[in-house]
Amino acid sequence: MESGFLPRTRFQTLLDALHRAGYRCVGPRVRDGAIVYDTLTRAEELPRGMRDRQAPGRYRLEQTGNPRFFSWANGPQALKPFVFAPQEPLWRSERNASGEIRFAEISPPAERLAIIGVRACDLAALRLQDRHFQEGVVADSHYAARRRNLILIAVHCTHPADTCFCVSTGDGPRATQDFDLALSELDDGYLVQAGSEPGRELAAQLTLTRATAAQREAAAREIEESAKSQTRRLPSRQLRDALFANLEHPRWNDVAERCLSCGNCTAVCPTCFCHSEAEEPTLAGDHSRHLRLWDSCFTQGHSYIHGLTIRADTRTRYRQWLTHKLGSWHDQYGRSGCVGCGRCIAWCPVGIDITEEAAAICGGGTHG
Amino acid sequence: MNNARPRIAVHKFASCDGCQLAFLNLGEDLLALAQAVEIVHFAEAGPVDPDAAVDIAFIEGSISTPEDAERVRRVRANSRYLVTVGACATSGGLQALRNFADAREWLAAIYAKPEYIQSLATSTPISSHVKVDLELWGCPVSGRQLLAATRSLLFAVPPWYEKDKVCLECKRHQNVCVMVAKGAPCLGPVTRAGCGALCPAFRRDCYACYGPAENPNAESLARRFEGLGLMPEAVARRFLFINGAAPAFAEAGLKRRGKPHD
Repeated sequence: MESGFLPRTRFQTLLDALHRAGYRCVGPRVRDGAIVYDTLTRAEELPRGMRDRQAPGRYRLEQTGNPRFFSWANGPQALKPFVFAPQEPLWRSERNASGEIRFAEISPPAERLAIIGVRACDLAALRLQDRHFQEGVVADSHYAARRRNLILIAVHCTHPADTCFCVSTGDGPRATQDFDLALSELDDGYLVQAGSEPGRELAAQLTLTRATAAQREAAAREIEESAKSQTRRLPSRQLRDALFANLEHPRWNDVAERCLSCGNCTAVCPTCFCHSEAEEPTLAGDHSRHLRLWDSCFTQGHSYIHGLTIRADTRTRYRQWLTHKLGSWHDQYGRSGCVGCGRCIAWCPVGIDITEEAAAICGGGTHG
Repeated sequence: MNNARPRIAVHKFASCDGCQLAFLNLGEDLLALAQAVEIVHFAEAGPVDPDAAVDIAFIEGSISTPEDAERVRRVRANSRYLVTVGACATSGGLQALRNFADAREWLAAIYAKPEYIQSLATSTPISSHVKVDLELWGCPVSGRQLLAATRSLLFAVPPWYEKDKVCLECKRHQNVCVMVAKGAPCLGPVTRAGCGALCPAFRRDCYACYGPAENPNAESLARRFEGLGLMPEAVARRFLFINGAAPAFAEAGLKRRGKPHD
């Protein structure tokens, strides 16, 4: 695809073009010791020179002094919170003086959002969330409204963390789908490639120079090296049969002894979609809001059915997570639910490594 | 109409009164509460009738004297539903630290005439003495918890209560994990939600004032704290604090402190 070059000194023109088109820009910013997505108005707010060091249960940032804005691997958030809200009201109900109850819709949000710096693994995860939330029998109106109003500026990943394994899941480090623009970051600027009609319109508003062959080669080489630098991997992209053949494997007890059943892995997972619902009545009892909240297969409520908790212990909860994510997801969505982002490894408070657990249960090495 | 209003009482046992303030700090909702129910006993707010029969009795505080052990039985006998509010009433509270020490020795060290003080050797939760219908954890509890519990009981539906870990709330707020990003010994992964992950939102580690969540793995978290560089006594102090007498926390803490005194 035809691509142009945007010098780093003119990065602000991209933000300006998005603002003119009515988008709020969200991009990587340093907050509380991590790179998070937050509102971005000026290019100077980007995490220039910041590099992350990630290991099981550990994440630290350091300043390298290099001029790049995107020389880091993903922080704790994915695109998930921007489309599948962590907590939102779905409808409200009112009871009048004669006791009649009326239900009212709460309008889905309509903010236009541009997300800058999106990685290939998160685009793959968004594809899976699209399958779940809006390509089934009934589309989720709140998810669909947010999704419709997104414009996605991807950046090919050249700085994977030690916890990354997107190569083994086939989801990165090059962004290949579902972006509007994709950027390759070089020392002095960006190769800009459009992936959609809105992306082409946006690129047309930037003053791009023609990309040279040397720039294209440098960009391709960086992505290739990024792929080679990944050391973690899942034993296979298809682990369903191996997992379901090992439901009584002793490793489930072993991991249950370490696992906190805290649900952090599912909260940072860009594809996990489980939620609970709750009613929030006023004290007077005449109004109520019905809420949807992120839930997790690690909670007791997740397997509570009419007086019975099916998965009371951590062993069965961890097993549910792994056998669904890497196993029965194939039957539901035609592929594994893991995109290799490695967040569940870094953000597990006790550092449980999904690639190690999968290898222990299914066989096959973790470090390739 | 007024005669049909459910009657409530708020009783105080060994406590700091902070949970009762959760009622008084309700603002406009306090007016709504006063319309929805009849408050027949709430000494801190005014009405005093400790032996009145009520539909809901809220109890703040733990049992730490022989008199209180008797009084709580009378409250139970006079109440349709009994709800504990706060760490003291629900786990024994901060004062249950004496359960792991020689309480008489402490009295002798502090009071000139310890023989005048009549207190039990232990501070225990209300559920160790009488049947409890609902436990609201927190130090202090929040107005939101009190209103939600009251509303459910008025609707005559089982009260919904938090039992998941703080981490769920923390991630819903999109806080950066203080344990992973800073190495802080956060108790969120074993602590009951309900506070809105208040401490991690201000970049500090949770100290478990809402008590143990369901299915807590305190032993694994304690091992992780040791991995972060905490000495065994420092790990013990993380667990043996506001809700230290809660069995899951007591076990992980005492294991690192050595055996308790007889």
